[in-house]
Amino acid sequence: MKLALLLFLVLVSNFLPSSLAAPSSSGDGYAITGRVKVEGMTSKGFGASSKLLNAKIILNGGQNVTFVRADGYFTFHNVPAGTHLIEVAALGYFFSPVRVDISARFPGKIQAALTENRKALHELILEPLREEQYYELREPFSIMSFLKSPMGLMMGFMLLVIFVMPKLVENMDPEEIRRAQEEMRTNFLPRSS
Amino acid sequence: MTIRACLGLMILLLFSSTISTALFEDQVGLADWHQKYIGKVKHAIFHTQKTGRKRVVVSTEENVVASLDLRTGDIFWRHVLGEIDRIDQVDITLGKYVVTLSSGGSILRAWNLPDGQMIWESILQVSAPSKSLLHVPANMNVGKDNLILVFGGSSIHALSSTDGQIVWRKELSTNSLEIQQVFQPHDSDIIYALGFIGSSEFVAYYVNYKTGEVLQQSKASFKSGFCGEASLASDDVIVALDASRTYLVSISFRNGVINFQQIYIPDLIPEFFGKATLLPSKYNGILAVDIASSIVLLRVKGVNELEIIEKIIHPSAISDSLPLSKEQQAFAILQHDESRIHFKVKFDTDLTSEVLKETIQMDGQRGNVEKVFINNYIRTDRTHGFRVLVVMEDHSLLLVQQGEIVWSREDGLASIVDSTTSELPVEKEGVSVAEVEHSLFEWLKGHFLKLKGTLMLASPDEVAAIQAIRLKSFEKNKMTRDHNGFRKLIIVLTRAGKVLALHTGDGRIVWSVLLPVLRKSETCGNPFALNVYQWQVPHHHAMHENPSVLVVGRCGHNFDAPGIFSIVDAYTGKVHNSLVLEHSVRHIMPLPLTDSTEQHLHIVIDNNLHAHLYPKTSDSVKIFLDEMPNIYWYSVEVGKNIIKGYSLEIKGELDMAENVFQPKELWSIVFPSKSETIALTATRKMNEIVHTQAKIIADQDVMYKYISKNILFVATVAPKASGEIGSATPEEAWLYAYLIDTVSGRILHRVAHQGAQGPIHAVVSENWVVYHYFNLRAHRHEMSVIEIYDQSREDNKDVWKLVLGKHNLTTPISSYSKPDVTVKSQSYFFTHSVKSMAVTATAKGITSKQLLIGTIGDQVLALDKRFLDPRRSVNPTQSEKEEGIIPLTDSLPVVPQSYVTHALQVEGLRGIVTTPAKLESTTLVFSYGVDLFFTRIAPSRTYDSLTEDFSYALLLLTIVALVAALLVTWALSEKKELREKWR
Repeated sequence: MKLALLLFLVLVSNFLPSSLAAPSSSGDGYAITGRVKVEGMTSKGFGASSKLLNAKIILNGGQNVTFVRADGYFTFHNVPAGTHLIEVAALGYFFSPVRVDISARFPGKIQAALTENRKALHELILEPLREEQYYELREPFSIMSFLKSPMGLMMGFMLLVIFVMPKLVENMDPEEIRRAQEEMRTNFLPRSS
Repeated sequence: MTIRACLGLMILLLFSSTISTALFEDQVGLADWHQKYIGKVKHAIFHTQKTGRKRVVVSTEENVVASLDLRTGDIFWRHVLGEIDRIDQVDITLGKYVVTLSSGGSILRAWNLPDGQMIWESILQVSAPSKSLLHVPANMNVGKDNLILVFGGSSIHALSSTDGQIVWRKELSTNSLEIQQVFQPHDSDIIYALGFIGSSEFVAYYVNYKTGEVLQQSKASFKSGFCGEASLASDDVIVALDASRTYLVSISFRNGVINFQQIYIPDLIPEFFGKATLLPSKYNGILAVDIASSIVLLRVKGVNELEIIEKIIHPSAISDSLPLSKEQQAFAILQHDESRIHFKVKFDTDLTSEVLKETIQMDGQRGNVEKVFINNYIRTDRTHGFRVLVVMEDHSLLLVQQGEIVWSREDGLASIVDSTTSELPVEKEGVSVAEVEHSLFEWLKGHFLKLKGTLMLASPDEVAAIQAIRLKSFEKNKMTRDHNGFRKLIIVLTRAGKVLALHTGDGRIVWSVLLPVLRKSETCGNPFALNVYQWQVPHHHAMHENPSVLVVGRCGHNFDAPGIFSIVDAYTGKVHNSLVLEHSVRHIMPLPLTDSTEQHLHIVIDNNLHAHLYPKTSDSVKIFLDEMPNIYWYSVEVGKNIIKGYSLEIKGELDMAENVFQPKELWSIVFPSKSETIALTATRKMNEIVHTQAKIIADQDVMYKYISKNILFVATVAPKASGEIGSATPEEAWLYAYLIDTVSGRILHRVAHQGAQGPIHAVVSENWVVYHYFNLRAHRHEMSVIEIYDQSREDNKDVWKLVLGKHNLTTPISSYSKPDVTVKSQSYFFTHSVKSMAVTATAKGITSKQLLIGTIGDQVLALDKRFLDPRRSVNPTQSEKEEGIIPLTDSLPVVPQSYVTHALQVEGLRGIVTTPAKLESTTLVFSYGVDLFFTRIAPSRTYDSLTEDFSYALLLLTIVALVAALLVTWALSEKKELREKWR
């Protein structure tokens, strides 16, 4: 039943794209009503994760602050006509700020658009652009990461010297080797004697 | 050749394996700590049903509504409301919803008690924000839909507590009605609402609870007027104070007939003088009057008869009444006796005796008791036991039960005013060998565990052990100075006038002191904490002395109120000296000069623009007089739109005892108030260190930064657009950014941003300014950077000039010489609103900088300065790429891994403070608001030390392996040689 009702609401607002809000009965301003929707959220609430429990909806950089109800809806009351900015602060999600225009000429006519990608919203349903991962993921131990570490490099270099250098020596001219050995011998002689 | 290739490969591999600056999840808590607070409690409601957890719901001065665990004081949940949305009252309804009334009685919200989810929100139409009252009928049958009544402005709203729908609304009076008391006699549908219209008329309404119909209304005026305080004494008598606060007026309103009776307080209480205050309480026939020296409990015997029951000598506090049964109410009295507090509970039926009497030892640094909330529980022997929640003068919160402090919360830390850091003492010589051996063994064991962890061989138990070792590292919590300069004391000043020292290792409080001069006293009625500065930082010859900090305050909120100084030892919290100044404090300038005892010289500018030198010693005057011609200062008069520059001069003979200097006006800049108002000024940090003036750019070219300590950034906005976003159209909004030299008053640069408005946040560092504002045309936040370069040094690049000595390198840099500067700037979009901005600071200024941006979501984002480089272009050339210039994008990236607060929030973020560590790569970051968060960050990674992650065990293992390999190969070669020789 609840779902059907919701669908109906969505349909209605599709026919009247700008019927996001009605002039609120009280005060001199209008009411902006919207909804925060996060994937995995049931119509009843935010489920087990309850990540949005502390979600704040902020109007015009802190002028008004409101909170999200269990069904994801929120309302700002007594907002004057003009252009406003709505931000959603919810840990773990990245929400684009929303530009909301309340028309003074046609009372209650409201237009909304995401400021990040200029996408117009037909209804004020705010969905996160992405989930935010605040931590670097630790890669499981692998030979490559070990080899890349300073110690791995040290080992690699040593092995290289141990196994490749003799090969290089082998490839050298035997004459030259002998000469080098001679030289070394002469150098070592004074010490050995 | 091969070796070179190998080396090249190695270096390449090293660089490709660079570690990101972001944290791994298991590194949380290694270098950072986070503390959650709520602020000074205003209201508290207990929820202690037999089943489930026992909680207390509180609302605070920091605008927090929170649910605390009554057993431990931990926070179950908490919400920080908007700044203008002050919480007026809080209550619990239906046993499951917390109801908060805020914004002057116009917003009512219900929160789910277990998890803090908002259930409903209702907007009430209030003609004018005024004192508002929330009345939740204490109806025992929960199943019934209870109405919540809100009295505010001059109307009553009744709301359904299940869904917040307004059931009925009644406008009571057109005039300025202020309802003082609301009550509902037991088992009746009639609500009594008593209040004042204007200042002299008393009015009583009888309202039907179900329908809102006003059944009866009676008014009467009282000629000498009321002060607006009243206390209900019984079902038909209310006692008010008259306008002069020297007469008690008892008002009877039985059956709509109002009678006034005046009682002169000195007749009743002979020692009374001054002004009395009525304590808001709801006792049966008892009245609590606060006179200057004590709280007096009075029994109301009849309309005309008051009797003193008890005088409770101050400092003391008294709780509201707690109904135990229909006839009986209990209340608590807390009274100080030096370091002890006597806690008494009395029943209103029998005032002469005490039900409970306990004595509690109290920490002297908590001050006096300010508020008491009482709660009861049933003991095993079915008698009543009592516990009280106590709010102290330093804003801390304590739960007292059975003569003991069960838990305490240092909630003064939710309102930090200013902070500074202090070095810890140097480690003493002579560490025992056993300790070293023990720690070496522990160290090795830890590292082998870590190695197991990295090799994924550790069992879950061992993983837990590793985490515990890392978090409880003895090293980081030591009380001595460390080699890297990570261990320091953060000295914070709270609004309550308490100074606390926090250890950077784990955030524990090392010492705390409630400054006596910042407490309410007869000489200083309304003290106000302002700033904390470093006063004495001994090094060299004064090493044995402790450093000290200077705490500055003011007596009252006006600029002309006398100032308060207090000098506190940074290691022990001992107050060395404190005084109330004879002059006011408007600005304080810490000078980069010290006297012979290494006390920093400070100039205090008072409200008459006279300068006072501190410390007041002849030594400091001598040092100061030498430097006086080089001291310039400025004042920004926001209201008048003027910035003035001054130097100091001595008029007549200098009085050595007073050290007062007169200002000499040098320049002034007047902004046209029709088109501009000053929105923000920002300067460089005084202690910032710049490594080099030269900036090497692509093609081995050099640019010279214009580095001056005297740069002032000023942002002005159009007066129409000085309000919030949404209050102005793009056409009527503009923003001007100025760079002003504060010595000469010269405007170095001025730039206009059409269609832009505040709020503005700015950071000035080295030769650049970054500022954040709102672009109305694009309807996005924007950040701009301005960099200034010195053109006059441009010629020095010519080698021949250097050789021939025609360079100007030896000419001193002076603010007087006409600067030849070029300016580069660029603007980018930024996603979030900003609450606070700072820049990293390192010991030598070599490390590249990061901006720390406190976003509206109470997180702190680190953004590389390279993203705010005005030389970014869409297609950087190859050489520019090598230099590290990032291709131009229209908006700045928000990378979630670069939040320094990672998955935490610093609720109510107000400030970010950076302090350099001794290790060049590292900056210590302390951010505060309602919460505290500390971490250390390395903007260019820790290039000068091994990270915590570095596995020493792996290194050892590698070395062992290498040695083994060496031995094996040696043996092999020996064998081979032997074979060769035999051949």
